[in-house]
Amino acid sequence: MREPEKIDAEIIKDHGLTVEEYEKIKKALKREPNFTELGIFSVMWSEHCSYKSSKLILKKFPTKGSNILVEAGKENAGVVDIGDGLAVVFKMESHNHPSAIEPFQGAATGVGGIIRDIFTMGARPVLLMDSLRFGPVSDPKSRYLLRGVVGGIAFYGNCIGIPTVGGETFFDESYKGNPLVNVLCLGIVKKNSIIKAKAEGEGNTIFYVGSSTGRDGLGGASFASRELTDESHKDRPSVQIGDPFMEKLLLEATLELIRTGVVVGMQDMGAAGLTSSTVETASRGNSGAQIDISRVPRREKGMIPYEVMLSESQERMLVVVKKNKEEEAKKIFKKWDLNAVPIGKVTSDGVFKVKEGEKVVASIPVKSLTDDAPIYLRERAKPKYLEEANNLDLSSLPLPENIEKVFVKILSSPNISSKRWIFEQYDHMVGTNTILLPGHDSAVVRVKETRKAIAVSCDGNGRYCYLDPYEGGKIAVAEAARNVVCVGAKPLAITNCLNFGTPTDPEIFWQFTKCVEGIAIACRELETPVTGGNVSFYNENPQGAIDPTPIVGMLGLINDFSFLCTPWFKKEGDLIILLGNGEKSIGGSEYLQCIHQLKKGRPPELDLTTEKLLQKTCLELIKKGLVNSAHDVSDGGLAICLAECCILNRENLIGATINLERDIDEREDILLFGEVQSQIILSCSPQNFPYIEKIANKNKISLKLLGKVGGENLIIKKEGKVLISKNIKEIHKIWENSLVKEIKI
Amino acid sequence: MKFGVVIFPGSNCDYDCWWAIKQVTGERVDFIWHKEKNIENFDCIVLPGGFSYGDYLRTGAIARFSPVMRKIKEFAQRGGLVIGICNGFQILLEAGLLPGAMRKNKNLLFVCKYTYLRVENCSTPFTRLFKRGQILRMPIAHFEGNYYTDQDVLSKLKKNNQIIFRYCNRKGEITEEDNPNGSLEAIAGICNKEKNILGMMPHPERCSEAILGSEDGKIIWESIVESLKDRNRGKK
Repeated sequence: MREPEKIDAEIIKDHGLTVEEYEKIKKALKREPNFTELGIFSVMWSEHCSYKSSKLILKKFPTKGSNILVEAGKENAGVVDIGDGLAVVFKMESHNHPSAIEPFQGAATGVGGIIRDIFTMGARPVLLMDSLRFGPVSDPKSRYLLRGVVGGIAFYGNCIGIPTVGGETFFDESYKGNPLVNVLCLGIVKKNSIIKAKAEGEGNTIFYVGSSTGRDGLGGASFASRELTDESHKDRPSVQIGDPFMEKLLLEATLELIRTGVVVGMQDMGAAGLTSSTVETASRGNSGAQIDISRVPRREKGMIPYEVMLSESQERMLVVVKKNKEEEAKKIFKKWDLNAVPIGKVTSDGVFKVKEGEKVVASIPVKSLTDDAPIYLRERAKPKYLEEANNLDLSSLPLPENIEKVFVKILSSPNISSKRWIFEQYDHMVGTNTILLPGHDSAVVRVKETRKAIAVSCDGNGRYCYLDPYEGGKIAVAEAARNVVCVGAKPLAITNCLNFGTPTDPEIFWQFTKCVEGIAIACRELETPVTGGNVSFYNENPQGAIDPTPIVGMLGLINDFSFLCTPWFKKEGDLIILLGNGEKSIGGSEYLQCIHQLKKGRPPELDLTTEKLLQKTCLELIKKGLVNSAHDVSDGGLAICLAECCILNRENLIGATINLERDIDEREDILLFGEVQSQIILSCSPQNFPYIEKIANKNKISLKLLGKVGGENLIIKKEGKVLISKNIKEIHKIWENSLVKEIKI
Repeated sequence: MKFGVVIFPGSNCDYDCWWAIKQVTGERVDFIWHKEKNIENFDCIVLPGGFSYGDYLRTGAIARFSPVMRKIKEFAQRGGLVIGICNGFQILLEAGLLPGAMRKNKNLLFVCKYTYLRVENCSTPFTRLFKRGQILRMPIAHFEGNYYTDQDVLSKLKKNNQIIFRYCNRKGEITEEDNPNGSLEAIAGICNKEKNILGMMPHPERCSEAILGSEDGKIIWESIVESLKDRNRGKK
């Protein structure tokens, strides 16, 4: 690359900066920027790094809580106290754009990036999870993306040795060409060993550690801050290449280094690489920084300062080491055969100064790049599609002639059927902590040397959010919380990934705002503060924006893992109980999409007060050891939930007979497949039933006896009339093999 | 009695092995850095799973050049017990300590799941507490576990009872369907002629505690301890 002689309007536009923003740069510098400086401003002020469109809205999130050790936005990930002197560090991040054009490496580097965010805080990563969204499996391009993304996650996670313990995958037309790849990483750290991403203490040394710098990923932050087009494949060079082996060395060396006590602060060189890591750490430390880029290890010749500063080569970190302790740090990195080069010093003048040898190539006030970056309150307008979309005329929907056929079709829908083909490609057991294998409501890992276990669930329903972003946002939090409750964990806090279209479109920004408001109110009500996360805008392909898709990653804590509760039925003769009594809706349901090809109506209503009581009741029942299983009623409705309870443990398939007496729902399709909030299916020994009833009554949560576990069939009757009667082995086979069959077309 | 778990750059089951052996046996377990040249004081060496050197070339192909490997060869020649699990098995093959080679799984995908194993030989120091034909439930996690060797070596393996574990179904039958990676004759683990080096793809350290869903792996660690106790008694 050659440096242009003059910065003209076109160059400014290519950097994604507006005329007003350029004027703001000139004002901050009190002069014209040079090309390197322009590059630095453009990435630091990109949506990806600055959150300029979302910042004001995100303020609606509750961020405080008695066990929140580091508040959202203060560091690279949230930190939650779990007792025993330990804390959980966790965060979720998207890598949607790179995965759209280079699925394998895009997803792989997404995994690599979020892992670095966790271990740079001193925590050992113990689990990974993924929320994935693709176009329909019937579409060959979507299958290509699915294979690539899953392969990339497996490649990175398996090699670095962090188990991918769960997640969710959903297929819908709106994600065609714009898949979502949201990765959650969670680590555990001793409370007194948390490392901050801060550069402070004048004279302390700034180290560059890890891979050498190349031209890969140049401008990735800006690439992520625009829409995907038919020309986007040309941006393929913007996608970085992952090296999980290098990162494994970085991870081990970093944790070893932290134990020596010489580290002041550190940060991953993620989006905007060397620039953002230096600037953000200096900003948090209210310091300045001076670096000499002639010392930066490079893998390509002839790179100009602009390229060095904007490269997004992977597996690199910035480490600030106490002065006079440099040799100690070098020794550890040498043991792990890693580059570790002192490239500069922390200063006290608040200026970010970049030199190449003796020559100053950039000199910018730190705060102008961070705190003083532009912030916008974008225009909002209620989307025009909503009126039509919300209007679902039930009478126009024909009742299915054969309800059992409908059941089988929903069971085999890629959104409902087993995701074994995906999770068996991930090493989900390394670490020997996984005490609930993937494929369930939550992932559960125990914490060695304690009795505790961590439960995590990722949830977010794009269809609901499309039809009602506020309710959809609420539901995302409530479902994720309910999922961790069903394994016996108390919900503590959330992280999130907010995936939306282009924020300058008022209708998109309205969706975004409503979703955030929904998440915020649910988090407040359920007392699960937001600890951080990420916003991904510009998720649009030439056909339009994706459905608004906020993904919530819920952290739950089990105090004694011997009380772990699993979702599957266990014993012949156990009673089956429906806890909770929400209003069913087929709006936005899998049934409506799968059978009638409609994305219409309104999502089920969620009453947060009831939800909270329901969760409290369920937890109490589990902790008292009164129930043998718990599974929440979710996508696909009651019939699918019951089927899952029968088949989720494939070592022990077990039938059930259900009698739905005098249900007020008149339509059978709504009764069986209508989706609902605040309902959980439990099973228990008959002698425990009176105690369960008592606790439910005390908490004012409704409870209904549905039937009995046992036999080789799942039989669902309504007032004596058999609606579904199917062999459990057959149900299992259909559910287990459907996705694989479709993928292998 | 002292176990040693080798750490190659990229090992990722090192700590898991350390933990499992400690939990099950209560014996001393130390880590051995791959550049270590002195392994005199160990009784059993574990080569753990992982992706040594990233396994970007062939699995185990670079790790076999680590300085510690020459010492391990000498250790094994003196009759020391060596167990290679997953990547450790692959390294043993590359180092020529066990015969044969690994190919990519038949479906060309990484696979992580529980499998059933049949114990084919229970008169080795690693399997002496099993019963012959006993069926175990043990997880695998690998991309290259499709064991292969030529007919000549295979017949020697059979003749010397060197095939230790085979993949099977829950009834113990060997079927195509229950062979998770396409391995020759459903081989999951083999040992050398002298029976002091074991290589296996399944992970005993992942099923050594009830909370993890199976305890079948425990018996391997317990067998090793029994064998070493006998040996030490002999020494006295």
